Amino acid sequence: MSAGLPLEMETLFGDYPLDGAFDEMREPCGALRPHYQALAETLARLPEEELQRRKQSADLSFLTQGITFTVYGRDEGTERIFPYDLLPRLITAQEWDHIERGLTQRITALNLFLRDVYSDAKILNDRVVPRELVYSCKHYRRQMRGLQVPRNVYIAVVGSDLLRLNTGEFVVLEDNLRVPSGVSYMLTNRRVMKRTFPELFHSYGVRPIEHYPQMLLATLRSLAPEGRPQPNIVLLTPGVFNSAYFEHTYLARQMGIDLVEGRDLVTHDNIVYMRTTDGLKRVDVIYRRVDDDFSDPLIFRTDSALGCGGLFNAYRAGNVSVTNAFGTGLADDKAIYAFVPAMIRYYLNEDAILPNVKTFLCSEEKERKHVLANLDKLVVKAVGESGGYGMLIGTQSTARQREEFARQIEANPRNYIAQPTLDFSRAPCLIGNHLEPRHVDLRPYVLFGDKVNIAPGGLTRVALEKGSLVVNSSQGGGSKDTWVLEQ
Amino acid sequence: MLSRVADSLYWMSRYLERAENTVRLLDVTMSLMLDTGETSAETRWQRMMASLGKQTGMDWDGDMESMARMLVFDSLNHASVTFCVNGARENARQVREEISSEQWQRLNRLYHQMHSPHTQTQFRSNINDALTSVVDGIHLFKGVSDTTMIHGQGWQFIRLGRYLERAYATATLLEVYQPELFHAHEGEHSGYQYLELVGLLRCCTSFEAYCQVYTADLAPDRILEFLLLNRDFPHAIRYCVDGIRHAIESVQRTGGRRAPDELIAITGRLHAMLVYTTIGEILARDTAAFLHSIREQCMDIHELIYRYYVQYSIQSALTIW
Repeated sequence: MSAGLPLEMETLFGDYPLDGAFDEMREPCGALRPHYQALAETLARLPEEELQRRKQSADLSFLTQGITFTVYGRDEGTERIFPYDLLPRLITAQEWDHIERGLTQRITALNLFLRDVYSDAKILNDRVVPRELVYSCKHYRRQMRGLQVPRNVYIAVVGSDLLRLNTGEFVVLEDNLRVPSGVSYMLTNRRVMKRTFPELFHSYGVRPIEHYPQMLLATLRSLAPEGRPQPNIVLLTPGVFNSAYFEHTYLARQMGIDLVEGRDLVTHDNIVYMRTTDGLKRVDVIYRRVDDDFSDPLIFRTDSALGCGGLFNAYRAGNVSVTNAFGTGLADDKAIYAFVPAMIRYYLNEDAILPNVKTFLCSEEKERKHVLANLDKLVVKAVGESGGYGMLIGTQSTARQREEFARQIEANPRNYIAQPTLDFSRAPCLIGNHLEPRHVDLRPYVLFGDKVNIAPGGLTRVALEKGSLVVNSSQGGGSKDTWVLEQ
Repeated sequence: MLSRVADSLYWMSRYLERAENTVRLLDVTMSLMLDTGETSAETRWQRMMASLGKQTGMDWDGDMESMARMLVFDSLNHASVTFCVNGARENARQVREEISSEQWQRLNRLYHQMHSPHTQTQFRSNINDALTSVVDGIHLFKGVSDTTMIHGQGWQFIRLGRYLERAYATATLLEVYQPELFHAHEGEHSGYQYLELVGLLRCCTSFEAYCQVYTADLAPDRILEFLLLNRDFPHAIRYCVDGIRHAIESVQRTGGRRAPDELIAITGRLHAMLVYTTIGEILARDTAAFLHSIREQCMDIHELIYRYYVQYSIQSALTIW
C-alpha cells in the first residue's frame, strides 16, 4: 500500500502493510513521518543494484570481523553471524529525552530497592512489595544480606527492554540487571552503518555512542576498592562456548583490560589473583559476565567450573569489587517487575515516567484464574528466565502447549506471570529489494557509577520473521543500528 | 600477560607454522612425482609423512589426489592442514582481545577459505594454485602480526611458537632425508638425484637462498650445513634457535620475574651446539643422533616454557611475591 507517498517511492515500498501497530516510519494515513523523510528519499534514489551491493559489503564486514553468537542446543555449527537489518531506526531528540529521564529514574529506584532488600528491608516491612515474593525468588542471595557494596551500587551495567505501543508511548517490558548483553552489536552495527551510509549518517546529525567502552571503564574504575588507585580491572567470561563470547572479547579489547576465565583466577588470603606469565597479579575489579550461580563453587553451585573458589569471600572482605553485584537478579524477576512503579513512588516519591506493561502474577489467586481462563490471549513467561526461553505466546500457541503451561502454572504459580499480547511498534526493514515492516524493541544500555550514563540509542532488536513477535537473537531475531538525532 | 593467553598465542602460532610446513611438503612431493625416478610414489608419500612426524593411519592407497585432498581438507585428521588452521583459529578466538583486529580478520578469512566449496573446486582443477593461496593466507597473517601487534610479550610467544615448531620440523625433515642423502643409489641418473636435492631445499623454501650462498652446485653436505648451521636464513635450525633465545630473553626482560634458569641454560646449550661446530665434525660422528638430539631438546624447551610460564604451581608463585 503506497497511499500518501510520492510516486518514485512506490516500488521501494511495494506492498507495505499499515494496520493497528505503530509504524516507526509512517503515519497511520501512510505519509512519512518527518524524521524518516531523508532516509526514504535516499533509499528511493539509490539504484537497486547499489543497495544490494551495500548490503553485501556490510555482510562481508560482519563475517570477516567474526561478529557471531552461539546458539544453544543445536549441533550444526555453533557460531552464527548475528543477523541485522541495513536500515537504521530513528529516534528523535525529544523522544530520547523522555526515555533517558525515565530510565534514570527507574534504575535509581531499582538500585535503592536492592540496597534496601539486602539491608533493612524497609519496603518489605511497609508491605509495598510482598515479603514472600522476594524471599521465594530464585535469584535472591541470602549471602548478600548486610554486605556493604562499593558506593552502594548494585547494578552498574543495565540493559532495559522497551517497547512502543500503538499509542506511540514507550513502555518498559523488562529490566536486565544480571549480565545484559548485546552492547557489542550496538557498537559494531554503528561502525558498519557509518561505512554503508556515510552521507546519510552525516546529514542526519546522529549522537555518538562510540565512547561506551570508555564510559564502562570509568564506571568500573569508580567502583574499585579503597586504597587501590591503579586498580587492575578484568572482565570475567564463562569462556569461548558462551553465547556472548564475542562481546566479552570485544569489550575487553576496547577497554584494554584482561579477559579472564575462572581458571585464570586464584584466591589466597581473601585476595583474588590472576595467573600471568610473570606470576600472580592482584585483581581489584571484576566486570562479571558469569551468572551468580557459577561464580564461586564454595558459595553458589558447587559443580560449577566456570567461577573461582573463594571469590565471594574476597568480595565480602572488600578486597575485590564485582560488578554487577551478586543477587541483582532479584530485581529483574518478572514478578518483582510488577512492583517497580510502586518502588519509584516509595523511594523517589515520583510517578514512573516510563510505564510498565500490565502484568498478572500467577501467585495471586484472582490473577491466576484470569490468566488460566485467557491463556489463548496472553503471553506467559517464567519469571527467572531470559532470552525468550520459557515463554508461551497465547495467540500463536497450540491447545497442547496451553495445557502444558496451565499444568506448570498450577504446579508452580510463583514461577509464572502473564502479560497481554502487545501490538508493539514496527520499523521498516530491507527484505529482498523493498521495505517491509517488522516488530522492533529497544534495549538502551545504562551505566551507573558516579552517576547514571546512558549511551544514546542502544540496540534495536528486530523480529526478522514476518509476523513474529520474538526479537531474541536465540529465536530468529536480528538487530538494527539506532540513531538518536541531535534535533 | 595471562598464562592462558600466552598458551593460546603460542599454539596459534605453532599450528599455523605446522599448516604452512604441511602445505609446502605436499606441494614439493607432488611436483617431484611428475618426474619418473626410481623412487616410487609410495616411498615419496611415506617419506613426506615421516617428515611431518605423523603416524596417523594415512597409509598409501595409490590415489595421490585423494590422499592429498585428505591431507589438506580432512578436518578430523590431526595431520591435515584444515585441522591446523582450525586449531589456530580456535586458539585465536580465545584471545581475541589480545590480537589485533587485522590479525583476527586475516586468520578468519583463511579459516573460511579452507572451508569454502570454492577452494575444494580449485583444488580439483589446480592443486598448485590452491596450495599457494593457502600459504599466501598464512604469510599475510604473519606479516599483519608483525606490523599490527605490539611487540610485547604476546608477540614474543607467537615467535616462540613459530621458531620452535620450525626448528623441530626442519630437524625432522633432515633426519628423514639424511640416510638417502649420503647413500645415493649407484648408477641413478644424476638428474634425478639433483631433483631430489632441490626438493629437499624447496621443502624449506631454501633453494634460492642456498644458491645465493653456495651457487647452484648442490652437494649433500653443503645442504646439511646450510639448513643446520646458517646464521641468516630463517628456516635454518640455528636461526630458529637464535629466535627462540631472543624471544625468551624479551619475555624475561618485560616480565621481571625470577630468571627461568633452566630454560636459558637449555637454549644456550642448543645454541652453542650449533654455533661452535662445523659440518665436518657433525658428519664425522653420528649425524642421525645429532639431528635426533635437536628434536629432543626442542621438546625439552617446550616443557620448560610450560613449567615457567603456563603451568607453574601456585605455591611457588606465592613465595616469590
